[in-house]
Amino acid sequence: MAYSEKVMDHFANPRNVGEMPDADGIGEVGNPKCGDIMKMYIKVKDDTITDVSFKTFGCGAAIATSSMATELVKGKSITDALTLTNKAVMEALDGLPPVKVHCSVLAEQAIKAALSDYYKRQGIDPEPIVGTIPECEECSFEEG
Amino acid sequence: MSRFVYADNAATTKLSANAFEAMKPYLTEYYGNPSSLYHIGVETRKAVDNARADVAKALNASKPNEIYFTSGGSESDNWAIKGAAELGAKKGRKHIISSKFEHHAVLHTLEYLEKHGYEVTLLEVHEDGLVRPEELEAAIREDTALVTIMFANNEIGTIQPIKELAAIAHKHGVLFHTDAVQAVGTVPVDIQDLGVDLLSLSSHKFHGPKGVGALYIKKGIRLPALIHGGAQERGIRAGTENIAGVVGMAAALKESTEHIPERNPRLEKIRDKLIDGLLTIDRSRINGDRKSRLPGNINMCFQGIEGESLLLMLDMQGVEASSGSACTSGSLDPSHVLLSIGLPHEIAHGSLRLTFSDDNTEEDVDYILEVLPPIIERLRSMSPLWEKIIKENNENI
Ligand SMILES: Cc1ncc(COP(=O)(O)O)c(C=O)c1O
Repeated sequence: MAYSEKVMDHFANPRNVGEMPDADGIGEVGNPKCGDIMKMYIKVKDDTITDVSFKTFGCGAAIATSSMATELVKGKSITDALTLTNKAVMEALDGLPPVKVHCSVLAEQAIKAALSDYYKRQGIDPEPIVGTIPECEECSFEEG
Repeated sequence: MSRFVYADNAATTKLSANAFEAMKPYLTEYYGNPSSLYHIGVETRKAVDNARADVAKALNASKPNEIYFTSGGSESDNWAIKGAAELGAKKGRKHIISSKFEHHAVLHTLEYLEKHGYEVTLLEVHEDGLVRPEELEAAIREDTALVTIMFANNEIGTIQPIKELAAIAHKHGVLFHTDAVQAVGTVPVDIQDLGVDLLSLSSHKFHGPKGVGALYIKKGIRLPALIHGGAQERGIRAGTENIAGVVGMAAALKESTEHIPERNPRLEKIRDKLIDGLLTIDRSRINGDRKSRLPGNINMCFQGIEGESLLLMLDMQGVEASSGSACTSGSLDPSHVLLSIGLPHEIAHGSLRLTFSDDNTEEDVDYILEVLPPIIERLRSMSPLWEKIIKENNENI
C-alpha cells in the first residue's frame, strides 16, 4: 500500500482519539456497509473549537484522515473550521492513493456534521451555514 | 519479542531453493531454443520434456502430453473455459455452470462469455463454503457445455468434492474443469482418480517461480488454441517455452507434493491451534467449513473493525497477511467470496486471512496469538461501530 509517511504516522499514532462525554456537537458520517464510519466530537467556546476528538471504523486512510482533520480544526474558529476541505486534509497528509480520496471527503463531512449538530443544539438551523451533508457520497447500493 | 511471519502463502509463496538451483542452468548456459536442432537446443528440449513428465507424474496424469505449459493460473483458466465454450457451441451447447466464489480468472472469463451469447449458472456455496452435488445435478441442462468448479477456494480454503462433482457432469455428458491453483502442491491431487477433463495449476502457489503454470487436458479432448502462433505445446499453445520456468515449476511441484504426508498434519495442527485461539476473541468467527479445508488456511472475521487497518497494524508487528475488506479488494464491496457465504458487508469488511506454508511454525502461531488480540482491542476501542454493537448488545456473529 502506497501510503505516505505522514499517513502512516497518523494511522499508527492517531491524534485526538476517543469519545468526548461533554461534547457540544457530535457528527457521524459513513456507513458500516461501505466499511467506514467516522464520528467527530467538538467542544466549542466563544465560537472557537477548543477541543475535538474522533472515533473511526475504517481503513488506514480513514483513521489517518480523521486524525489529521481533528488537528486542522483544533483551536480554530468555527468559521475557519467550516472552510476545511478534503483537499486540505489530503495535502496535510502528503497525499492519498486515488482510491482513498473518499476518506478525506468523509473526514471533511464528519467535521461539518459535528458543527451542524452544534448549531442544532444552539437552536440554529445549520443548513444555511454548513450546507447539506450528502448521505454517503461514494456508495450508492442496490439493496438485495 | 518481534518476529517476521509471512502468512500470505495463498497470494504467493517463496521460491524453493531446489527449484532455484534447477532453474539456474537454463537462465545461463542453456539458452537454446527448444525448437532448434543443435546441441543447446536439444538440451532445453530435454529439460522441457522432463518437466512435463515430472508434472504429469506428480498429478498422476496418464500421459505427459496431457500437460500443457502456460503463463499461469489465469491463462489456464481462460484457455480451459473459452476452449470448452467453443467446443460446446459447435454442438449448440452454450450453457456453463460454475460457482459463486470462483477466482476472478474464472468469473470474469464467464462474464466475458455471457456478453458473447453464453448463459452462465453460478451455484450457491452455502455458509460452509461448499457446493452441493445435488444442486449441480439440478442445474445441468441439455445445452450445458461445461462445469467449472474450483478445487479449493483461495480465500476461505474450502475443498470441494471434485470427484463427485466431475462424476455428475460426466453422467450428463458434460465436460468438467477445475481451477486447482490453490490445491496442487498443497493437498493430494490425483487426476486419474478425480476423473476431471481439464485442470488449472499455477507454479507460484507451491514455491515455484511466478508467471508459469499448466493446463491438464485429458487425452481425446481437442481444445482449441487460445494463443495462436508457433507449433509449441502440440500446436495449441504457441510461444517459445519458458524453460527455466517450467523446470522450476516441476522441481517445486515434486518437492511440495513429496512433503504432503509430513507437512499437512503439522500444518493442520498449528492451523487449528490458531483458529481455536482466535475464536476466544469476543465476536469473532471462522469463515468456511473447518474440516474440508486447506491445511494452511485461516480466515476469520472480527466484528467492529476493518480489515485493512488490521493488516497495517499486523504488518507493523512483522506479520504479513491479507483481508477481504473493500479497502483491500480495491473496490467498494468486500470480497465476493465472503459475500457468497452469506456474510453481511459490515462483517466481511473485518476479515483476516492467514495462509501458512511449510516455512511456518508453531512459534509463528504463538506470536500471532500474542500480537493480534491487542490490535483488535485497540481498533475496537476507536471504532464507533464497535461501540454500537456493544450498546445494542447484538448477538455474537
Ligand atoms: C484459485 C486461483 N485461481 C487462479 C489464480 C491465478 O493464478 P495466476 O496468478 O498464476 O495467474 C489464483 C491466484 O491468484 C488463484 O488463487
